[in-house]
Amino acid sequence: MELIAEHPVLDASCFKRGEKVEFTFDGRSMDGYEGAPIAVSLHANGIRVYRETPEMKRARGFFCAIGKCSSCFMVVDGVPNVRTCVTPLRAGMRVETQHGRGRAAITAMLSE
Amino acid sequence: MDENESIFNSGVLTDELPGAIRPPQDLWEGKKSGLVVVECPQRIPCNPCATSCPTGAICAFSDINDTPRIDYKKCTGCAICVAVCPGLACFVVDLTFNEDYALYKIPYEMLPLPSKGDTVTCLGRTGEALASGIVETVVEPKHDRTYVIHVSAPKKLANDIRAIKVGG
Amino acid sequence: MTDISTDILVVGGGPAGLSAASEAASYGARVLIVESDLQLGGQLVKQTHKFFGSRDEYAGTRGYKIADILLSEIKENEQNVKVMINTTVTGYYSEDRTFTAMSGEESYMCIRAQRAIVAAGASERLIPFPNNDLPGVYGAGAVQTLMNVYGVVPGKRVLMVGAGNIGLIVSYQLMQAGVEVAAVVEAMPKIGGYWVHAAKIRRLGVPILLRHSIKEAVGERVVEGAVIMELDDKFAPTGQELRMDCDVICMAVGLSPTTEILSQAGCRMKYVPELCGLVAERDRAMRTSNPDFWSAGDATGIEEASAAMVEGRIAGLCAADSLGLPVKMTKLDEYWTRLDHLRAGEVGSKIRAGIDKVYRDKWEVRLDG
Repeated sequence: MELIAEHPVLDASCFKRGEKVEFTFDGRSMDGYEGAPIAVSLHANGIRVYRETPEMKRARGFFCAIGKCSSCFMVVDGVPNVRTCVTPLRAGMRVETQHGRGRAAITAMLSE
Repeated sequence: MDENESIFNSGVLTDELPGAIRPPQDLWEGKKSGLVVVECPQRIPCNPCATSCPTGAICAFSDINDTPRIDYKKCTGCAICVAVCPGLACFVVDLTFNEDYALYKIPYEMLPLPSKGDTVTCLGRTGEALASGIVETVVEPKHDRTYVIHVSAPKKLANDIRAIKVGG
Repeated sequence: MTDISTDILVVGGGPAGLSAASEAASYGARVLIVESDLQLGGQLVKQTHKFFGSRDEYAGTRGYKIADILLSEIKENEQNVKVMINTTVTGYYSEDRTFTAMSGEESYMCIRAQRAIVAAGASERLIPFPNNDLPGVYGAGAVQTLMNVYGVVPGKRVLMVGAGNIGLIVSYQLMQAGVEVAAVVEAMPKIGGYWVHAAKIRRLGVPILLRHSIKEAVGERVVEGAVIMELDDKFAPTGQELRMDCDVICMAVGLSPTTEILSQAGCRMKYVPELCGLVAERDRAMRTSNPDFWSAGDATGIEEASAAMVEGRIAGLCAADSLGLPVKMTKLDEYWTRLDHLRAGEVGSKIRAGIDKVYRDKWEVRLDG
């Protein structure tokens, strides 16, 4: 992971890093820290493209990091339009690039 | 706008201004442990230099936006202000170190942290390398990760050396 | 749907919201802080530099340590303070004085509050240029979140756009994190932030290019570089351009106050350029034209965290007073003296001009509910 190993002001304990857990991104297994935002965890794995826009198919990634701009919407455990910059990572999460507007899984809708 | 003004507007001191203060030369040359140099030429709401000065050399502010004024007779070169100033705008230069070298007490908040005896690069106000310096002492006066590095370097650069680069 | 009720709802758990909550709770008000992020502290938790101001605003203390101080004050009043993180206030229904909020992505609730203090902070601005949507064009706050909260390297080489305090401070923080800052570009003929912050990065070799802006971001799927351009004194390109290699373009071109809830509550709003956007008219108590609503911090106009903390104190004190609690109203003068001092300098003159446009000595018509 692309982590800051040493910092002149912040000790390693200042960084919010929970248990080390595994998750998947588009089927690839990755490491992350539980509780850190999904978008941050992906960035630490060198992933910078989080979705593709509906019309122009333009790549989008991290931008505001406070859940306000919609740039980092992804499909998480089958749920589209998840604000990954403010959604904490959990072990085993299935994170996928969102293509277009995203579609809720039909099974999820039926079980509601 | 003249050249000097636009250089100043990008954060580089070009002239003496209120708040950008050098010690009087005669006092400075004979003062063991040095005197403070302050480069804080803008009225901003900030006063830790004055409230932390143990001798009152940095005069008390009547308004928190005052630029610093210094009573050089009282300055002992202790460098508490160097460690405390949030803008890293205080430096102490001791011209009595030896015949050709001065001791520069410079704030440092980067990595790597140098050790006594290391050779470092002394930088000017635009990051230009001016000379090599030798680290004489490394202190952390407030134990808050702002280090004050004491570096010996050529005396003739007393008005120019304002930062150090360690390694690389 | 869950139902919660409280005396005072504080929207936003940053420097203003935490100060407001502590102040009100210390007089016995029951306070609920709703914070959209995963922790309290707002932007303070990302600040590794020492703050300006005076001792009252923790001058000389690093921002993230100030967050710790405010959190311990919240803890002292914990019997009166409830906190919900990862929760966003999404609406206000004036007919039954009810707020709606969303926790996480899927869970909704109603909050009934007698009073509300809106300290919702601000959001990052973006400027138009080709490819400004490429991954790698990041808000300055986002870059700070990556490196200073979670310890993730944001990139290898960064172009900083904007030389206000945020652009200057984040440049310094990037260098502390071991990231190279290629340059800071600023369209104005003068840095907008404190001169000493600029001097700090200049003497470490970072160029600050005044009268320069970004022309376009370069890259296919992610940022690989940027073209910067020189501007003349009418902000028109001179034709001088430079291509720079960088993998992050950090945008520090300003913030806009977050005020939607105040608009929904019918508070009288005004667009004030000096305060960076649409903000509520307010009186000496930081109360808005809707007598149930106060506002504080960046939501009332973009300013330093030191001022946000004092505004929060004022709002918390006065909201508690309005509930009939026995507050020390002499504190109000003391807080205003502190604010006046913070705003007295050269950089504060813009803020003063902005506040003059929205400050009301008294309200002619109250929207009493």
